[in-house]
Formats: sequence, C-alpha cells, structure tokens
Amino acid sequence: MSINKQDVQKIAHLARLALTEEDADQYQNSLSSVLSLVEQMQSIDTDGVEPLSNPLEMTQRLRDDVVTEDNQRDAFLANAPQSEAGLFLVPKVID
Amino acid sequence: MFEQSISTLAKQLKNKDISSVELTQAFLKRISTLDSQLNSYITVSDELALQQAKAADALLQNGQGTSLTGIPVAHKDLFCTQGTLTTCGSKMLNNFIPPYESTVTSRIQQAGAVMLGKTNMDEFAMGSSNENSFYGAVKNPWNLTAVPGGSSGGSAAAIAAGLAVAATGTDTGGSIRQPASFCGITGLKPTYGRVSRFGMIAYASSLDQGGPMAKSAEDCAHLMQAMAGFDEKDSTSSEIASEDYLANINAPLAGLKIGLPKEYFGDGLDAQVAETIMNAVKEFEKLGAIVKEISLPNLQLSIPSYYVIAPSEASSNLSRFDGVRFGHRCDDPKDLLDMYMRSRAEGFGQEVQKRIMVGTYALSEGYYDAYYLKAQKIRRLIKEDFVNALNEVDVIMGPVAPTTAFELGSKTNDPVAMYLEDIYTLSVNLAGIPAMSVPAGFVNNMPVGLQIMGNYFAEAKLLNVAHQYQQHTDWHLQTPEMAKGA
Amino acid sequence: MNWEVVIGLEIHTQLTTKSKLFSGAAVGFGAEANTQTTLVDLGMPGALPVFNKEALRMAVMFGHAVNAEIGMTSVFARKNYFYPDLPKGYQTSQMDHPIVGEGYLDVTLDDGTTSRVGITRAHLEEDAGKSLHEDFQGMTGIDLNRSSTPLLEIVSEPDIRSAKEAVAYVKMIHSIVTYLGICDGNMAEGSMRCDINLSLRPKGQKEYGTRTEIKNVNSFRFIEKAIYTEIERQMDILEDGGRIIQETRLYDPEKNETRSMRSKEDANDYRYFPCPDLLPIVLTQDYVDEIKSTLPELPSQKAKRFQEEHKLSEYDAGVLSSSRAMADYFENANKIAKDAKLTANWVMGELSKQLNQEQLEINQAPVSAENFGQLLIRIKDNTINGKTAKDVFQGMWQGEGSADEIIEAKGLKQVTDTGAIEAMIQEILDANTAQVEQYRAAEPDKQKKMIGFFVGQVMKASQGKANPGIVNPILAKMLKG
Ligand SMILES: [Mg+2]
Ligand SMILES: [Zn+2]
Repeated sequence: MSINKQDVQKIAHLARLALTEEDADQYQNSLSSVLSLVEQMQSIDTDGVEPLSNPLEMTQRLRDDVVTEDNQRDAFLANAPQSEAGLFLVPKVID
Repeated sequence: MFEQSISTLAKQLKNKDISSVELTQAFLKRISTLDSQLNSYITVSDELALQQAKAADALLQNGQGTSLTGIPVAHKDLFCTQGTLTTCGSKMLNNFIPPYESTVTSRIQQAGAVMLGKTNMDEFAMGSSNENSFYGAVKNPWNLTAVPGGSSGGSAAAIAAGLAVAATGTDTGGSIRQPASFCGITGLKPTYGRVSRFGMIAYASSLDQGGPMAKSAEDCAHLMQAMAGFDEKDSTSSEIASEDYLANINAPLAGLKIGLPKEYFGDGLDAQVAETIMNAVKEFEKLGAIVKEISLPNLQLSIPSYYVIAPSEASSNLSRFDGVRFGHRCDDPKDLLDMYMRSRAEGFGQEVQKRIMVGTYALSEGYYDAYYLKAQKIRRLIKEDFVNALNEVDVIMGPVAPTTAFELGSKTNDPVAMYLEDIYTLSVNLAGIPAMSVPAGFVNNMPVGLQIMGNYFAEAKLLNVAHQYQQHTDWHLQTPEMAKGA
Repeated sequence: MNWEVVIGLEIHTQLTTKSKLFSGAAVGFGAEANTQTTLVDLGMPGALPVFNKEALRMAVMFGHAVNAEIGMTSVFARKNYFYPDLPKGYQTSQMDHPIVGEGYLDVTLDDGTTSRVGITRAHLEEDAGKSLHEDFQGMTGIDLNRSSTPLLEIVSEPDIRSAKEAVAYVKMIHSIVTYLGICDGNMAEGSMRCDINLSLRPKGQKEYGTRTEIKNVNSFRFIEKAIYTEIERQMDILEDGGRIIQETRLYDPEKNETRSMRSKEDANDYRYFPCPDLLPIVLTQDYVDEIKSTLPELPSQKAKRFQEEHKLSEYDAGVLSSSRAMADYFENANKIAKDAKLTANWVMGELSKQLNQEQLEINQAPVSAENFGQLLIRIKDNTINGKTAKDVFQGMWQGEGSADEIIEAKGLKQVTDTGAIEAMIQEILDANTAQVEQYRAAEPDKQKKMIGFFVGQVMKASQGKANPGIVNPILAKMLKG
C-alpha cells in the first residue's frame, strides 16, 4: 500500500504539520513502507472478533462531584508562550 | 558504592555509615565526570537532589524513612516533575517546567528517594534506540558506538554505568525491557493499570505503563513498593490492591511451569542470543522448574497491530502540543494556522511527525475500520493467546530482542527494520500483561536480556522468579569497562 | 411551489454540576479568566480525565424524562480538531454509544394541537473554552474556564415542521431540564444553546433536501427568527432554480440574517475513536431504576395534577406548570391562600405583569410566595378589596413590608362595622335630601340605577375602605326610609 504526495499533504494538514516539498517526498516513502507493514493485518480473518481497546476491560470509575482544585492560573500561565490579562494569546481567530 | 544494591545502601544509610548527602554528592560527581561519554541525562538537578538528601538525612537521623529514603534515583524525562524541566526528549518541551508532579515520581519522592535528574529518551517515547532524542543520542556503556536501546535508553545507560542506583522508565512497546536488555540491567513493565499514568506524558494511552529499572530484581521490587497501586487521578488505574513485592521474593522455584513460545525462537533470532536464552532456561530447570513448549500463534501480527494502535492514539495525544498554552511556538506566525503548522513541524522530530501522520491516516474517514478497528480485533486475539498460554504455565520466557545492541546509526535509514526489533516486546503491551528483562549473559561482550512474562498482576511472582535466578547467576553484577575505576 | 420545512435540533444544555465533567475545577459563569481551570481542563501534558458521577446521574434523569432508552454501556470518544479554545486538540464526547438513546416528546402548540418529536439521542460531552476577540496586542485571548464544563447534547429527529413547533419543542426541553434541576436554563449565559438543521422539500416529496446548520442560537426569539430568515433564504435560492450548499451558518440577530461560517468547513474529518483515557460506563438496572423512581414531577404531569387537584382550566394549568419556578410559586402561595382560582389569577395577572415590566424571572421576585399568599388571604377575608390589593402589592414589591404591615400602616382596612357605616350613610342622606326625595319617588327599576350615586358617595367618604358587600344592603334599607 502506498500513498501519493497529495495524500501526505492532506494528512499533514489534518495533523497541523507544515511540510516542505522535500519533507513530503520523504514522508511519502516512509509512510508507504509503514502502511505496507500494516497491510499484514489483512491476512487474518477477524470476523466476529470484538475489538479490544483496554487490555483489562475495566469499566469507568466515577468521581464525586466536588470541587477539589484551587485557582493556579499564574503557575499555568508561566509556561505560556504569550499571555496577557490572565489569557493565553494566539494569532487573531477569525470566525 | 556505585554498584551497591538498594538494600545494602539502605542499611549503610540507616547505620549512618554514609549520609544521603555524601552518597548524592558522589553520584553527582560521577555524573559530571562520566556522563559526557553517555549523554544519559537531559537535566541533572543538583540543587534539588542535595536538598532532598538533607531532608532524607534528617529523617534517617530520627530512625524514620523507607528503604528508598536517601537513595539517589533518576527519572525518565517523560514524568512531569514540579519545578524541574520536563522535555520528553523533544524540542517541543524545551522550556516546559510543570507546576505539578506525576504520581510515580511523587510516590518515590514520598518514600524519601533523592532525584538526581531526568534521563534522556527517544522523543515522546517513540523509538527503540534512543537516537530520536532532540538532546542527542545516548551511548551504550558496554560499547560507546552502540545504542542503549529505547525509549528509556537514558535510564538504562545511567544505571549500567552507575550514574543512578535505580531509575524509572516507561514501556509502551518494549521501552523498559529492550534498553534493560541492551544495557545489562533489570527492568519491569508492570501490568497495564498497576502503576498510575497521571503526570506521565502520554504516547499511547492504552499501552503506556511506567515501571522500575535497576541493577537487580530486588531493587526493582523496592521501587515497586513505592510506585505501584491505585491512583484516583487515573481512570485506567486498577483498584486491585498492590502486593508486597519483597515478601515472597525468596520463594523457591521448584515446580514452576515455564512456557517457551516457539514463535520466540524462530527466524530472525540471533543464534548466539538464542543459545544464551536457552542456557538461562537450563538454569531454571536446575532450580526445579518444568519447561514446556507453547505457542502464541498471532505474535507476528503484533507488529502491524501495534503500529496502528500506538500511532493512532499518539496522533490524538500529541494534538495538545499546539503552541498555545505551553511548549514551542514558532517565531512570527502569520496567522493561527501558520502558528499550528510551523510550531508543530519545528517542535516535533521526524519520527514523531511520521507516527502522528500514520495515526492520523489510520483514524481518518474511510480507513478507520480497515486500520484501527482491525488492529483492535487483532489485539484481542493476541490477548487471548496469552490468556490461553498462561492457563498452562506460570511464566513465559524468551528473548527480549532478536539481537544485542546494534551500532548507532545502523538502522536509522530503515525504519521498518527498526520496528521489527520490537517483535518480542510489543505483544505484551497489547495484552497488558507484566514482563521483565533480566540479564542472562553476553554475546561478544554485549548483554543479553531474558524476558519473563507473567499473568495479569503477577509482578511479585515475576520478581521472585527473576530474583531466584539472580541468586544463582551474576550477570546482573557485571560492570562495563567505562564505569570501572571511575 | 409549495415547500415543506424540515427541522432537526441539537440542543447543548450545560449541566448544573458543581465541578467539571473530567476534573475537580469549579463550574461557574463570569469568573475571572482562567481561574477555574486545572491541568485537565488546560490539556497539560500528563493530565488525565476522571468522570463526574453527578453528570451521569443527570443524563440518566433526562433520558427517563423523554421516554428514552438508557445506554447501559456508553463510551466516550475523541473528536479531533484543532482550535485554540479546544486545549487537547480533541473534544471528549460520545459517538457510537451515547448515554441516552431513542426517545420522544409530545409537544403542544399554542393552538392546542399536539405533535410528537422524536429524540435521536442525548450524549455527554465537554464544553470548549472561549476566544475573546477584544484586541490584545492584535491577538485573540483564550479563556479556558468553560473548558470541560459538562454538556448534555440533545439531538432531535428531523420531525419539526415549523418555527413555532421548533420553539415549542425547545421550550419544552427547557422546562424539562429546569424541572429536573439538571440545567439552570439561563440561555443568555449560554446554559442552553441550539443548533438548527434546516432544509426544504416540495410538499409530498419523501427525500430530504440539502440542509444547513445554524450554530449556537441562544434565545427562543432568535430561534424563531433565525428559522424564518433561513426558510426565506433557502426558498429564494430554490425558487430561482439554485442549489443549497450544505454548510454551517451563523445567525446575526442585529441584521436578522444567517451567514456562512467558512472557518468551520475546513477539513472536518474528526477522526473519532474511543478515548483510551476513559473506560466504558456500564450501568446496572438497579441504578437506572433508582433514578427513575426519584424523578421529580414533570411539567406535563404537573399540569394534569393542577387540573384535577386545583380544578384549574387546561390553559391556566399549562401556563402555571410551564416553569418549575412558576409552579412552585403558585403552589406555595396557594398553600397559604387556599384558593387556587384566586391564586392562579393573581400569579398569572398582577405578578406576571410586574415581572414582565421589570424583566425579572419569577425566582427574582422581591415578594415571596408566602407573602404573596398572605396578601391573597386579605382579599379573601374582605380586609381589602381587589383594587386596594393592587396598591398593597405595589407596596410589597417596593419593599414596604408584608401585606398586613402595609394595610395597617396606610390604614387600608375595609370598614365592616355596620354601626359606623350606618352613621356615615345617615350623614350622606342628610346632606343630599333632594336626591333622597327623587330616589324615593322613582320607579323600582330606576332606583337601581340611582343607588349608584349614593354608593359612590359612601366610598368617597370612606376613602374606599367601606366594604361594598356591607354598604349596599344597609344603604338600600335606609333609603327606603
Ligand atoms: Mg452537534
Ligand atoms: Zn456537541
């Protein structure tokens, strides 16, 4: 299974990764080889097999509805690339 | 001092033969002289370490503390440590100082251990050679031109070279066991859900599991005493009570049923590695164990299944690295989209970007059933293989990796060859069972690890089996040349 | 061409939990930016979600209230997309296995007709944060206080055929969730937001036309107006032989128009997959039954009871039960007044008028239901008449005191002492001898008209406090001479 460069750019866009033409060429090769490796899965019939997403097949535990956390805004904002007035700043969002 | 076990050091600390400050200073000094050859640490936290050592001494002075009190350890740089740089091996987190502490590191700290620093790793735990670190490759202490394995390569190399008494690692597809094998140390990947994932930077949430790495099984048991157990902050944490991992460590192995999966000894396994493993199995027979051949028929499918599930989860887990609230942001973004695209392309290395793209593709419309769902179905088949096998035997043994540590750069151009290296470790994560790597000999002076796999929550049993083996062998006590005399 | 409107609604209701869906941060409106966030809501590395028990209970309550199947196993999934107010790069929601499955609601329109609207599903999900577009160095500010606030998204079948029906349906959902106490219903603060899926098709055609989705409409009035303008827009296009583009649109109340939100169209491949940080929620039948048994009385049940127990008309019962606060006010006032008809008239009349005038909700009324009931007692026992009662009510509204205090302070008590009334009448008769003569000389049916003059004089003399029920017979007797 191989994918073309357009596919690579489409995936990269979905994943928000800027690729140069050169990158795209390279990823086209490496993604194709991973996808062929993954193709081996089709060799086995899995009809009627339930998918397994958690190895222990546990069920969700429930948390009591209580407020346990204090305001730690400043500690979190300390890691922000850009902030002002308690807000994280990003380039203008246009709706 | 750098080769002592935790029990010995704990005794010396308790008897005040040595103080934690002295011990810590000695390790810090050794790191500063030796680590330039290995690059096993990303951050050395001298100041914090000495503070913690002082606090440990105060406790010990009062006759308080646990067996870890005052013991210098290191943490894989994937565990968030409050106030200490946490990079996950990535440029993305080049400047990230968490205002919170992971449950694992917090529990080890509570037990009184001293944190020497944060160890190098493959970026976001993606890799089997530690060559994917933004902070440079780690060298194998047994051969400085060979890889230490990955992704917990820094922890493994540091322990092998005596740059930490013990360390934490994480294992998503073999990342504790394979570097342990390559560096000749002991490592345990616990049952999924045994050790909390809170504060562990996620690679693949349904596969990730933190665990101990140390010289011996007994030292791993000491770490497990602190690390393991239920955590209400992690929904996938098991409420099954954790065991006393030291209580039965000396139980005799007579009658132990060992299964050898024939699929672990087929093509692709280095003949000398195979021989080393079989010698180890004979040692167990001498201790009264019964060996039988078993089968894990779907082993081969663990590679494709893993390389769909792990990248899929990773593609989503790594979306939070967007340059908004923390981490790398590109210079002068021209708009929001540009900020996302360039921050992520600049912040993530190639292997990470590749896995994000594989996962994005596997989850995308029209492909989900053929990839993700199919992989989850195969995952169940793999789990069932183990469940069936472990109905017949107590533990399963085999190699950790097909070869000993390979040369740096030898596989970087053939990623698929690198993925095939993980053939003996991936299935354990898919099934969620615990497994260890235990030093079992050398091939051309390079360590070989024996893998011991067990049933869900059978960590104490695995540690007992490994410890008994280590009582009768000295492979785990060997020291690499570069670490001698220093 | 004769067009049929096809509408399906997605309503996001914010649940009234104390803490967030997946973290222990407080939930609340209007807090200072980013002060109600934890590492979970901020999507920090290594943060993990743990699910709120109360949100689950609330979702199950809602399921029962709309006659729905409860999802005995429900699963959280990740909806992946990048947006600055979505910190993790995915929204944790439910896809294939929602907590509430198929159900329905019978909606009554103003004209009394009833229609059944199917409910496809209702699922739990986390809210996103907010982008603030005021200028911050030419940038947008992100406030994540709302991130991970619990939402129940209620999705209807495309069963709705008019703007009026849509509004009636949303009002009914509003009334149910507020009755259940699982949502505060405050639409202005975004506690209930409505997405409208709308398409047209020629009457009689089976297949649906291409639909548009109008996002985040947050008042009953705007829902109605947005639907009208969108119908008009689509109709214009279709009548001109054009085609509707399937897209997301935004309703602008100022211009009363909908417009395309191109930004939302960009690559919406959400790559849903089960969230590996959360596990399937598995319910027991006991748990589900327990919640059913503790469900409060719902609006339709309450309306029925009001008709039976209080002998109210269908209309009055419907109005009074439309909100739980109104129904509670009515019942509490009536507990004191013990006259359902009188209480109903006053709640729907004077009280509602005053609330409307001041644009207040009933739970903001400065007069408590208990005090309101006391006022009604004074009407019932003839202490004051209806006209005076309105003045007393105004006084109570202004905070001048209880009904009795105001009546006492202003001396508004009706005069019921027959001796005093007789004396007052005698004085009036003495002062108006000519009119008395005329009266006495008149035919009985003319007398009936002429008596009004004397009643007016008595009321004037008593400053309205004389009880007409007592004045009238005494006056008639004394005029006879
Ligand atoms: Mg929706
Ligand atoms: Zn929604």
